[in-house]
Amino acid sequence: MRTQQTSTDAEMASTGFLDNDVHNGDHSSSSIQAVMINRPRSELYGFWREFRNLPLFMANVRSVSGDGRVWIIAGPGGFEVQLETEIIEDRPGEKIAWRSTESADIDHEGWVEFRDNAFGRGTEVRVMISYDPPAGAVGKLVAKVMQREPRIQARRELRRFKQLMETGEVSTSQAPVAAPRG
Amino acid sequence: MRALTWHGKHDVRVDTVPDPEIVNPRDAIIKITATAICGSDLHLYDSVIPGMHRGDILGHEFMGEVVEVGRGNTSLRVGQKVVVPFVIACGQCFFCGKEQYSACDNSNPADKSDASEVAYGYPAAGLFGYSHLTGGYAGGQAEYARIPYSDFGPIVVPDGIEDERVLFLSDIFPTGWMAAENAGIQPGDTVVVWGCGPVGLFTIKSAIHMGAGRVIAIDHHPRRLALAKQNGAEVLNYHEVKVLEALKEMTAGIGPDACIDAVGMEAHGFAPDNIIDAVKQETKLGTDRQHVLREAIMACRKGGRISMPGVYGGIGDKLPIGAFMQKGLTLKTGQTHVQKYLPTLLELVMDGQIDTTDLISHRLPLEEAATAYKNFHDNPNEWTKVVLKP
Repeated sequence: MRTQQTSTDAEMASTGFLDNDVHNGDHSSSSIQAVMINRPRSELYGFWREFRNLPLFMANVRSVSGDGRVWIIAGPGGFEVQLETEIIEDRPGEKIAWRSTESADIDHEGWVEFRDNAFGRGTEVRVMISYDPPAGAVGKLVAKVMQREPRIQARRELRRFKQLMETGEVSTSQAPVAAPRG
Repeated sequence: MRALTWHGKHDVRVDTVPDPEIVNPRDAIIKITATAICGSDLHLYDSVIPGMHRGDILGHEFMGEVVEVGRGNTSLRVGQKVVVPFVIACGQCFFCGKEQYSACDNSNPADKSDASEVAYGYPAAGLFGYSHLTGGYAGGQAEYARIPYSDFGPIVVPDGIEDERVLFLSDIFPTGWMAAENAGIQPGDTVVVWGCGPVGLFTIKSAIHMGAGRVIAIDHHPRRLALAKQNGAEVLNYHEVKVLEALKEMTAGIGPDACIDAVGMEAHGFAPDNIIDAVKQETKLGTDRQHVLREAIMACRKGGRISMPGVYGGIGDKLPIGAFMQKGLTLKTGQTHVQKYLPTLLELVMDGQIDTTDLISHRLPLEEAATAYKNFHDNPNEWTKVVLKP
């Protein structure tokens, strides 16, 4: 009996498709990503400033409390990590910066910046996300998830934000499962 | 519902799978009335496109009747008959604003975009039924399909028109049209088309419509060459003649003004470069077979144009880059910006100016799709184009 092939993904794992040499920033747990969004700056700022909207495009953010301060983040193995945040800079239409407070499970810092593109192509959105995992067993798990791909995570979140702002929805090919998979 | 699913190299099956559902507000569900197998589906069948998963529903040439629309969709109505572009485009990003719909920045889901961003530098747009590299969307060789951004892409066709006349607006007609447009055809030009498959044939039809002086078509399957001839092309069988010499002779040493590669990554033939490429492809070195592109570069006249609708996915080498530069050639290519061409091409079909059905060799029920794939793959001379009816 011949070996049953389950996907053609193998080629994507070949050295030709790896980008291990690409880094952003000085710290392995930090990432700055940029995206152009074809919507007005004020609208993008307003949507982001309402932190309760974050779960709409941030896959790991399960929920955000009513006042926007407490974020529940999906951790590994079903753990949920509570992140209490405070805004440290808020320039309407331009920039929002936040960081975790002392009572948070992980140290986190981030900012998002909105700039008009000089050539009328929309708004340039830049996001910085940085994590410092806590000590302990849970911390190690969180670190594994959070640190492994902060760049990919930030990139995907910005893509979803762009989709939502430009098209009104987040693109998906999921649900229902396309076919029985073996 | 029933659908044609991918299970591995040369292994596709018609399975019972869950029905699609409306997921996003701008979605629609269509009941498919006609669908076709594309030459590019054979790249999936041959397992030379990365990102395929067992159970994926194939098919990106399809049309049908709207049976459900999402709450955010104000342009489609239940009961309308639509042809669906194989390229999924949002209509609102930077690229859609430039009518470069196959470069849409939003249609590929965020978690599926990493692979193409790494492989190509930027994420690819979403396509129906064409691997997880381009979104992992379920395709249209099925009874039903979910159409994302359905308020933008699909074109409503007039009541009563036969499916077969408009079905190929989904891909191969606009693809052939854009291939001819990319060749920058001027009245009186000599245009050479490599490959007389469905895209090659639509390229020939389009080139003649655009005013080419003569079109020379190259293939080795007699039936496909006959179709090309029937559409107004002069033909060359590359098993019988040396292509470069023949073209030089036919153009009295000037060479063709435009050369079109309607073959792509799985070129056949026994030229030495192609054998090396084939070995590399088989051993998964990620190399495309690009014999036709090399030959087109060599054949093209100085200052001429190359258009490349043929599909490539990986990396190529041994390109005659010196000939390309020294002769001052231009190359245009890309997945088709289907949405851009639909109104014009629907009008050409309705006016009867372009015959869109002469290439169809077989009409089969969807249930026989696996057999159809095998025959289309193994016997391309007889099987020039297959239409499936769910």
